[in-house]
Amino acid sequence: MMINCPHCGNRDSGEFHVRGEAAQRRPDYSEGQDAFAEYVYGRTNIAGIQHEHWYHVAGCRNWLTVERDTRTHAIISVAFAREARP
Amino acid sequence: MSAQHYSIFALARQALAKHRGWTPAWHNAAPRERYDIIVIGGGGHGLATAYYLAKVFGQKSVAVLEKGWIGGGNAGRNTTIIRSNYLTPANIPFYEMSLKLWEGLEQDLNYNAMVSQRGVLNLFHSDEQRDAHERRGNAMRLHGVDAELLDTAAVRKMASFLDFENARFPIYGGLLQKRGGTARHDAVVWGFARAAAALGVDIIQNCEVTGFVRDAQGQITAVETSRGQIGASKVGMAVAGNSSRVAALADLRLPIESHVLQAFVSEGLKPVVPGVITFGAGHFYISQSDKGGLVFGGDLDGYKSYAQRGNLPIVEDVCEEAMALMPMVGRARLLRSWGGIMDMTMDGSPIIDRTPVPGLYFNGGWCYGGFKATPASGWCFAHLLARDEPHPVAAAHRLDRFAAGHLIDEKGAGAQPNLQ
Ligand SMILES: Cc1cc2nc3c(=O)[nH]c(=O)nc-3n(C[C@H](O)[C@H](O)[C@H](O)COP(=O)(O)OP(=O)(O)OC[C@H]3O[C@@H](n4cnc5c(N)ncnc54)[C@H](O)[C@@H]3O)c2cc1C
Ligand SMILES: [Zn+2]
Repeated sequence: MMINCPHCGNRDSGEFHVRGEAAQRRPDYSEGQDAFAEYVYGRTNIAGIQHEHWYHVAGCRNWLTVERDTRTHAIISVAFAREARP
Repeated sequence: MSAQHYSIFALARQALAKHRGWTPAWHNAAPRERYDIIVIGGGGHGLATAYYLAKVFGQKSVAVLEKGWIGGGNAGRNTTIIRSNYLTPANIPFYEMSLKLWEGLEQDLNYNAMVSQRGVLNLFHSDEQRDAHERRGNAMRLHGVDAELLDTAAVRKMASFLDFENARFPIYGGLLQKRGGTARHDAVVWGFARAAAALGVDIIQNCEVTGFVRDAQGQITAVETSRGQIGASKVGMAVAGNSSRVAALADLRLPIESHVLQAFVSEGLKPVVPGVITFGAGHFYISQSDKGGLVFGGDLDGYKSYAQRGNLPIVEDVCEEAMALMPMVGRARLLRSWGGIMDMTMDGSPIIDRTPVPGLYFNGGWCYGGFKATPASGWCFAHLLARDEPHPVAAAHRLDRFAAGHLIDEKGAGAQPNLQ
C-alpha cells in the first residue's frame, strides 16, 4: 500500500501511522457521558470507502485525511487534514 | 438425522468395503419458514453455539445461516493455538472453561479435532518482563490454572535452537502453560457441524443475512437473507470480522474495528519446534503443524480492513522477528501466507451479550484470540440465547462495559484496537 502525501509524494505505508476514522468528532461537554462513550469507543467501521487520519511520522509529519476503500485497500484521495474535514 | 459413529472398528469395516460406505458428515439443509433460534455465521463460534443449544439447552428448532461455506472465515484461517494464560479475573475463568472443554471435545463430538496439548511457552527478555510474566503466572495459579516459570536453563532444555545470547533480546526465561497447545481448525468446524446436525440443527450455507425484520415494538421477528425471509424468535450474531456490518443492518454501532491479521506457513520440516513459542520482545509466535510446516504470525497490519489479505511491511516485520528468535528459520522456505479479518474491541476482550434490539444477541469482538474460545463461547452464547441470562463465566463480557467503565483490559492499551 502506497500513500501519496501531498507534501512528500508517493511513499510506502510503513512511513505512516494510522489514527482511525476521521469523521469522529469530540462532543461538547454539555452532550453528556453517552456522547463521550460513543466518541471514545464507538466506531462506524464500514466495509467500503471511509475517511481516516494518517500521520506521516517518518516524513513531513503532517496529519493527512486519506479516503480509502477498506474492502480493497485502494486509496481514492489524500489531503492535509487541516484542509479536508469530512 | 443420526450420524455414522466414527471409531477404529468403523474404519476397519470401511477399509474392507473399499471406503464406499461413508455417508456425508452432515446434512446440507435448505431453509425452513421459521426457527426458534437463528444463529448468523457458520464459523466455529456459530456452530458451537448451535451444538450446545441442542445438546445442553434442549433447543429443537435451531438454524445456522452462513453466507459462504462453513469454516471459510477466521475459523479456517487461524494459527490454531489454544491456551488459557490470561491475566484479568474476567478472562481467566472463561478461557479456562474453554480449555477444559477442549480436553474432552473429541469424545463429546466423536470427531478427531487433533487437540494436542504440546505446551505454550511465552518467552521474556528482561527483568521487568520476568516480573510481568510471574504476575501473570500467579494470577493463573490463583484461578487454578497451570503455569510454570522457567529459567534460561529450563528453556534451553526445551528449545536449544533459540538465540539465547541475542545482543538486543537475550532470553531470560519463559512462562509455560503445559496444557496449552494446538487443535486442527477445520476439524473443529466439521466436528461441531456434524454433531449439531445430528441433533437436528439445520446448517444452511450460501445464505447471507441482508436485513432484520422488526415489529412495531422493535422486536426482531425474522431475518432477510439471500435465500428469502426466515422467521425467528431470537437471533444470535456470531460473524466475527463482519460484526459491525451485520450490526449496522439493525442500526447498531459497535465498539469494534475490523483489522487484518496475517499468518504464514513454511514447507514441511522434520519435527523441530516443541509446542508453541512466543517472542516477548515483539509480537511473534510459532508452532509446527503435524504435517511439519512451521506456522507463525505476528502483529496486525494496523489499519482497518475487510480485504482478507495484508501488505508487505508486516511480512518483513514477522520475518525479522523470526530471525531474531530462531535464526535457523532463515533456511526454511515460505509456502503460503494469508489474512483474516479480526473483530478488534476497544479493550481486547470479547463480548457475549444482549443488544439494545429486542430479540437480537451478540457474540463477537474475538480479536485474534477467538479460536481457543470456540467451545466456551458457544456454550455461553447458547446459555444466553436459551435462558436470556448470561453464563456466570461470561457475565462480565458485556456490550455496555465501555460506557460503564468496566473494561476488561488485558494489556492496558486503551481504546486503540490496533494496539491490542
Ligand atoms: C491469521 C489468524 C490467526 C489466528 N490465530 C489464532 C490463534 O492462534 N488462536 C486463537 O485462539 N485465535 C486465533 N485467531 C482468531 C480466530 O480465528 C477468530 O477469533 C475466530 O475464528 C472467530 O470466530 P469464528 O470461528 O466464529 O469466525 P469465522 O470463522 O470468521 O465465522 C464468522 C462467519 O460469519 C459469516 N458471515 C459474515 N457475515 C454474514 C452474513 N451477513 N450472513 C451470514 N453469514 C455471515 C462468515 O462468512 C464467517 O464464516 C486467528 C485469526 C487469524 C485471521
Ligand atoms: Zn509527507
